Amino acid sequence: MHEKKAEIAIITGNQAAANAARLGRVQVVAAYPITPQSSVVETLSKFIEEGELAAEFVTVESEHSALAVCIAASTVGARVFTATSANGLAYMCEQIHWAAGSRLPIVMGCANRAMAAPWSVLNDQQDSMSQRDAGWIQIYCRNNQEIMDTFIQAFKIAETVHVPVMVCYDGYILSHTVMPVEVPRQEDVDAFLPPYQPHLTLDPADPKNINPVTLADPRLNHEGKLCHGYMEHRFLHQEALLQSTETIIAVGQEYAERFGRDWGGLYWGYQLEDAEVIVMAAGSLASEATVAVDALRADGIRAGVLGLRVYRPFPKRELVAAVAQARLVVVVDKSLSYGNEGPICGDLKAALFGRDRAPALHGYVAGLGGRDVKARQLAETVRNSMARLDEGMLLSDTQWIDCRI
Amino acid sequence: MAIKILDLPEQEYMLPGNRACAGCSLGIAFRHILKALDGNCIFTVPASCLTVLGGMYPTSSVTVPWMNVVFPSTAAAASGLVAGLKVLGKEHITVVAMAGDGGTADIGIQALSGAAERNANFLYICYDNEAYMNTGTQRSGSTPMGAKTTTTPALGKRQHSKDVPKIIEAHGVPYIATASPSYPADLYDKVRKAIGIHGTRYMHINAPCPSGWQFPPKDTVKFGRQAIETGIFALYEIQDGVFRLTGRSKRLAQTGQLTPVRDYIVPQGRFKGIAEETIEEVQRWVNARWAAYVRRDAEAA
Repeated sequence: MHEKKAEIAIITGNQAAANAARLGRVQVVAAYPITPQSSVVETLSKFIEEGELAAEFVTVESEHSALAVCIAASTVGARVFTATSANGLAYMCEQIHWAAGSRLPIVMGCANRAMAAPWSVLNDQQDSMSQRDAGWIQIYCRNNQEIMDTFIQAFKIAETVHVPVMVCYDGYILSHTVMPVEVPRQEDVDAFLPPYQPHLTLDPADPKNINPVTLADPRLNHEGKLCHGYMEHRFLHQEALLQSTETIIAVGQEYAERFGRDWGGLYWGYQLEDAEVIVMAAGSLASEATVAVDALRADGIRAGVLGLRVYRPFPKRELVAAVAQARLVVVVDKSLSYGNEGPICGDLKAALFGRDRAPALHGYVAGLGGRDVKARQLAETVRNSMARLDEGMLLSDTQWIDCRI
Repeated sequence: MAIKILDLPEQEYMLPGNRACAGCSLGIAFRHILKALDGNCIFTVPASCLTVLGGMYPTSSVTVPWMNVVFPSTAAAASGLVAGLKVLGKEHITVVAMAGDGGTADIGIQALSGAAERNANFLYICYDNEAYMNTGTQRSGSTPMGAKTTTTPALGKRQHSKDVPKIIEAHGVPYIATASPSYPADLYDKVRKAIGIHGTRYMHINAPCPSGWQFPPKDTVKFGRQAIETGIFALYEIQDGVFRLTGRSKRLAQTGQLTPVRDYIVPQGRFKGIAEETIEEVQRWVNARWAAYVRRDAEAA
């Protein structure tokens, strides 16, 4: 219980991210500007230069170098932070894999933006979705308060499970839109998030060689002990990711107890419990879907929203349980695995495969390159899907919402 | 005070036996660099011959802390080590970025330029064996004109090598030096000097490579000496913008007698079939560059 109310600030998603990094007492920041992330970097520069945050800011010359700095600083034991979007995320791709394989607790913001070509600075989720296989935890935020809270949680999650965390939020829609955000007090964040305790650091007192060439098969060390091959390291990484759901939920619950806001853990539901048709999406799109659901409910359709919060690890069991009793799931992806289908749709379909009770699944793509997605379009999509279902149509191919060809 | 070979510290930081080629000059250079650092260092090493020398998990051939990094990022990783060590109150540890010519002049140049522009506080060492030796001798920006590599197999490299120290000089860093494993005392002294300077320090080390240059492993030191005798490689320092030749190159400038480049080029298998015109062009290029070095060195006097 707090005697004094925390401050309410009217801030953008980017400012929420920067403030969360400040409250998280990050020690090294390295970031390269890219629309629509730039004000995260600018805000943090201001905090550091004006003495509000005691951190080193390395003004790197590229995103690849930004993550290089974070990897190195994290390796010697500093808490680090960076943020990027789209082509910047793609530029650091090999480092994204490196950070994950190194098991470093790096927290990175991704202000979701469409990938070029062609050029677009506007929102979709292709950037972070394209990196889903690298082995980071990925969390999608639906509003600026969740951005603030999720970044703070992310440091604790990452440092507990030794897996880097990517906090994703829609470019412009959230990054640039002001919303009221309760900014936690520094002392309350300090009580929640202790200083980073690395499990391994580089120091001349105890010299180690980090991430050398690792062969296919286990190999003896100088003491005759058989040590892991590459595959065993990757197995441990995968195990850590799969088990991280427990930590993600626990950290969220602890945060809810201390700060009074519960974002649902792995996913959140709106009118989900008795829904016969579920709209599933990640980020602000899921938030928009709640408006669609209200309209559908007003017309007597038992619709609900399943807002996917944690995309990696993919919470298979929890999602299967959440959709089991529904007749239909309408998955709306704001990205596409080109040559196949939407990533969330494909992953849910795979999770449902072979189950006795599985709803029908219709996959849609919407909002690419910043194409606006209106609640009434989502509602119409649901109605169309239900009609097709009633007609007995299979609808296994991806449908496009508001594509004007 | 210039150190004498017999006075070099005895402590070794390289363990006996590693996966470098027989006759590898990098091994000689690295051994002396480590002695100069006396263990108070953290290395960051990209994909390169040095990675191989360091060893494969779970064994290591060196007893200093070492972080392997992706190929383009050496100088950025070093910047990260510096930032991390600073916030943790460990600035007394020397951060050393050590990369080959590929990781410096080509794929690594963006990160190096960015770090140098920021005057990031670390020592960057490039060991230049004049091709991508670790991946099998493909040409790099440092490959000399006329050299055969696996990507210049028939015609040999058609361009002169990139002058990386000159590029770094344009960034205004406090200390730049060239060195050779054939003159280990000069190399040791330069690393010792570099340790005491704040900001981005750059060292470019000539690294004759028996495998890639195609000469017998026993002749590594000899070819390193000859590179200097011909002026193809010069020993110098640029400290706070002041250029000075050092060691054998200084004495050569004073006696004024470079050996013809032909004597260095012809015995190396990588120059087999080199055209006469190319040798002449290399001689002309070396003469011009050497004249500029001698001129600058005289200005400092």
